Amino acid sequence: MTLATSAAQETPERTERPTAVITGIGVAAPNGLGTEQWWQATLSGASGIGPVVDYDASRYPSRLVGRIAGFDAAEHIPGRLLPQTDRVTRLALVAGAEALSDADADPAELAGQDGYGEYGCGVVTSNATGGFEFTHREIRKLWTQGPQQVSVYESFAWFYAVNTGQLSIRHKLRGPSGVLVSEQAGGLDAIGQSRRTLRQGVKLSLTGGMDSSLDPWGLVSHLASGRLSRSDDPATAYLPFDTRAAGQVPGEGGAMLVLEEETAARARGARVYGEIAGYAATFSPRPGSGRPPGLERAARLALADSGLPVEAVDVVFADAAGLPVADDEEAAALRSLFGPYGVPVTAPKTLTGRLYGGGAPLDVAAALLALRDGVIPPTAGIDRPVPEHRLDLVRGAPRDAPLRTALVLARGHGGFNAAVVVRSARAA
Amino acid sequence: MTITLNDLVRVLTECAGADEDVALTAQKLDVPFTDLGYDSLALLETAALMKQRFGATLTDEDVTEIETPREFLDRVNHAAAQAA
Repeated sequence: MTLATSAAQETPERTERPTAVITGIGVAAPNGLGTEQWWQATLSGASGIGPVVDYDASRYPSRLVGRIAGFDAAEHIPGRLLPQTDRVTRLALVAGAEALSDADADPAELAGQDGYGEYGCGVVTSNATGGFEFTHREIRKLWTQGPQQVSVYESFAWFYAVNTGQLSIRHKLRGPSGVLVSEQAGGLDAIGQSRRTLRQGVKLSLTGGMDSSLDPWGLVSHLASGRLSRSDDPATAYLPFDTRAAGQVPGEGGAMLVLEEETAARARGARVYGEIAGYAATFSPRPGSGRPPGLERAARLALADSGLPVEAVDVVFADAAGLPVADDEEAAALRSLFGPYGVPVTAPKTLTGRLYGGGAPLDVAAALLALRDGVIPPTAGIDRPVPEHRLDLVRGAPRDAPLRTALVLARGHGGFNAAVVVRSARAA
Repeated sequence: MTITLNDLVRVLTECAGADEDVALTAQKLDVPFTDLGYDSLALLETAALMKQRFGATLTDEDVTEIETPREFLDRVNHAAAQAA
């Protein structure tokens, strides 16, 4: 028996699993298009939330959105792709290209290299609302002008999987790919699935999530959830963990991340932001069942998956629903995990609104850059934290801190919970 | 009235977008659409708009069989003549 096999017997799970590291980040957020622009806005507290300006929303009960201003798709996307893509797919293509460029990775080129092959690179993304604006336009044509006038591209431009498909085609990401649809938890589920594909032999997987559904029909659909804030003040409309919490602001955007098997990433000299050290997902029981919600369990399972103790967590990026009951539940989970005021908690999504499938990958991007820069980005607008929550909320200004490990939490409407543990890269 | 290459280029661009790298010119009448970067959906969309603009109906089978811009123009002009 060799040394290698006896080592494997001592820690069978860890040795079978490739280490998954993030080597590239691309961001499309209401407060910044492009990673560094968004990160600076996030640290300085610059908000992307404002009134609807693309159409008259004065008769809507909720009129604030986190919209990416000044996004001109033609500046970024080949002309051939414009007629067949919704805004969400254009944003995904822009962020995906930024992430791959940031990772200095060209999948078409990698396919020709040892250990990769044609199916060595894949793409797994999250999306919760499909191609709303495109579909709005085409369905209106259907009703007013007849089926012959509907674009043939409606057949896929609406679809949750379309971002994954277009990214796959554009960057020759032909390995195991997919889409995860679990509302705001989906972004973490996509990263978890992406990491799973590395265990199947994939070397590089583009992951993350993107959503955009702020056109008139999209906003009406969000209204139907009953969870939107009715405030007209961008600074106080979305206030998770605050005594004034009264709903959410819908936003658009997200982040794309390049996930790589660590050995392959190091071999090609990639810069490593950090490791996706743990992931787990749970479902909450239906309301009224008397059983506890599943968020804490997801966090504990993700930590167990990472092999790290609870005490290792230096910062939590909270789901931060902005709804009193859901905030109470998350605060209770955090107290149970870490004790009262036991860990710094933040929610930079207060500057963007909730981005659905794109929200959690943006939080993972924030966690990676927080680890890189040794700084926790603040939660915006929270002046009156709920005293009973007993959370160490980072608010007002960024907080400098040596950071090694971050826990990112996400919940999706319908009972989805997911958690990811992000860990600083080991020295190369 | 004859549907010309210019008409085809205009409709194709409207339906499937422009690409300066692979512009469709008279020299490329016999280059397959796939080599020009237009897939079957782009041709279906173009056929639908041709019907609206010129009243020329191409069947889905027509569109599946058409491989080059010259074939497209031949078939769509034939269909327009029949409709007239």
